[in-house]
Amino acid sequence: MKRRRLVNHLMTALCGFGLLLALIPLGSILWLVISRGAPALNLDFFTQLPAPVGETGGGVGNAILGTLSMVGIGCILGVPVGVGAGVFLAERGNGRTGDAVRFTAEVLSGVPSIVVGIVAYGLVVLPMHRFSALAGGVALAVLMIPALARSTEELVRLVPGSLREASLALGVPQWRTSLRVVLRTALGGIVTAVLLSIARAAGETAPLLFTALNNQYWNFKADQPTASLTVQIYNYAVSPYQDWHQKAWGAALVLLLLVGALSLIAKALARNRFGTAR
Amino acid sequence: MTKVHTDKSYDKELDELRAKLLTLGGKVENEIALSMRALAERDSKVAEEVLDADREVNRLEVIVDETCRRLLALRQPAASDLRLITTALKVVVDLERIGDLAVNIAQRAIDLNQSPPLRPVHDLQKLAELCQKQLRAALDSFVDGDAARAETVIKDDDLVDALYHNLFNELLGLMMEDSRNIRRANSLMFVAKHLERLGDHATNVAEMVIYMVRGTDVRHPHSRGLK
Amino acid sequence: MKIEVRGLDAYFRSTHALRSVSLGVPANTVLAIIGPSGCGKSTFVRCINRMHELVPGARQTGQIFVDGKDLHARGVDPVDLRRRVGMVFQRPNPFPTMSIYDNVVAGLRLNGIGGDHAELVEKSLRQAALWDEVKDRLHTSALSLSGGQQQRLCIARALAIGPEVMLMDEPASALDPIATAKIEELIRELRQQLTIVIVTHNMQQAARVSDHTAFFYMGELIEHGETEQIFTNPREPRTEDYVTGKFG
Repeated sequence: MKRRRLVNHLMTALCGFGLLLALIPLGSILWLVISRGAPALNLDFFTQLPAPVGETGGGVGNAILGTLSMVGIGCILGVPVGVGAGVFLAERGNGRTGDAVRFTAEVLSGVPSIVVGIVAYGLVVLPMHRFSALAGGVALAVLMIPALARSTEELVRLVPGSLREASLALGVPQWRTSLRVVLRTALGGIVTAVLLSIARAAGETAPLLFTALNNQYWNFKADQPTASLTVQIYNYAVSPYQDWHQKAWGAALVLLLLVGALSLIAKALARNRFGTAR
Repeated sequence: MTKVHTDKSYDKELDELRAKLLTLGGKVENEIALSMRALAERDSKVAEEVLDADREVNRLEVIVDETCRRLLALRQPAASDLRLITTALKVVVDLERIGDLAVNIAQRAIDLNQSPPLRPVHDLQKLAELCQKQLRAALDSFVDGDAARAETVIKDDDLVDALYHNLFNELLGLMMEDSRNIRRANSLMFVAKHLERLGDHATNVAEMVIYMVRGTDVRHPHSRGLK
Repeated sequence: MKIEVRGLDAYFRSTHALRSVSLGVPANTVLAIIGPSGCGKSTFVRCINRMHELVPGARQTGQIFVDGKDLHARGVDPVDLRRRVGMVFQRPNPFPTMSIYDNVVAGLRLNGIGGDHAELVEKSLRQAALWDEVKDRLHTSALSLSGGQQQRLCIARALAIGPEVMLMDEPASALDPIATAKIEELIRELRQQLTIVIVTHNMQQAARVSDHTAFFYMGELIEHGETEQIFTNPREPRTEDYVTGKFG
């Protein structure tokens, strides 16, 4: 009796210790990024172009815009494909085709992101003869698709079969049932999955190096090289200038906030996944 | 019935019901036998026994009723079980009535034993025997679930009626012969009437047995526009 | 006969779920289907609105006529059929993302028939004996209702598409006795307008609500007759054993 309680306390303590160990790196990253990055933040940082070497001031406005626009392109290309593939897998994916698609998604999600970058380079950059936001978006889309497909499949499968039956029994054709009942019911979860995959894509550097490259100026065209937060961080961080290091920390903080905000929104949405109507 | 209920306690309760009903039937048969003996042997002590025995019959009637009610409320019986229980509910009334008739006969016996005996009436003994046979056959058909035998009981009720009419005329003759016979002959006429009623109750039991076994109600075919 | 089944056989891959079942259901009557688990009761009703064939590996042979028309004749669209033959399931399954109002008209909305259906909603909810309980909160979530109310909502939803036949697969097995009694009363009311086939595990329920009862065992129709006869004087020993509780 006493021994059992002792063991129980010991195990609880061990678990707590493990948790603490895991939290240390996370906490130190947060602390480091916030403490180093916060001084760099001001209005100009969000709205101005990067200043040339030696000049003070300037910002990463174009990189923020670039990241947002490329993630946007990635979403436009990747979300329909990923979600569509997921719905297909869940609804019709029990045969050979389904297995093949699932296997492909599995492999694709295991491919290092730099390889995806090279593929996008071959697919978009070479034929267009230039680096572009579009190429970056394609690379991000390819990264998003497999994870999105698998999580959509899981979410659609979670929709109770009884709802599908209820709809079919009302004389609703299968495709409408899949779309307007099954997908509608899983929508909350799928939106969460999309937000999480966006957060992941926003943090990618490697696939953008070969595709969007970088740009010192504002770019509003999809077929032009584009700056992005991650590449900007990389460039600033590897530079020898103290001022740029400072800016790299600032950009890292902005990226962290962006991803953090997306995760929080995703969590909030996930909480009322089977949220009530209206 | 070789198959048993999935819930064996249900079988036990139904068996109990059957057993109680049979005990009741046996007691009623005994009552009739005693009352006829009291009459034949002019033994008022035996007649008193009938009155005692009937109290036991009444008690059993209430118990059978309760058992049926409990089964209906708690088991929601269906099919043959339902038919057994509804049969029991009806048969128990007939049996209790037969007990009452035995009491009436016993009371007539006590009354008759106060006066000197009348000339023996043979058909009365015959009627009593026939009615007892009918009751026995009806109870046996219930025990064995034997609808054919029950049908015989129903058919043989005509014999009871015929015998009763003969007896009625015979007793009427006695009354006309000598007016001093009237009181005693009238009492015997009542006994005969009670026996004839007993036969009717035996027939009722037989009819219910047929319902219990076959699920078809054979009562009052003419009133129901059958046949 | 509103529904006429002739020599129906149904299979799930290698499982022979129904064996040569033939029976008829007259219009405006209630047929109860009883039998032990796995006897093919549910499969039978699912054949009547062709939901059975949606299960992978399922197939069937034989004929089913509704109003004299073969369900499997060429040109019969199962989707159209299901608008005429409604179905209510064992567990209440309102659409969780929709309001009470939207659930009732789901059959129309999901089929792309828009517009204002207020009248239809009221009529259907009244038919399902739910109107008075929900009229003040039509636009709240269907999940805010109790289990019994949800089931009546599902019945209203099925009624809203104007079916002629209603299939009920153990509609009260997940409900408490009072909710069950309401559903049973409803079934008797609906018989005025519909032909109903109800699958039930509860024999007393079958006895209470139905005009005819069919007893299935191991995929076979053992006996089919008037409910009173089935429960007081079944012809088949296996029916007798089942209704008296002498099974297994």
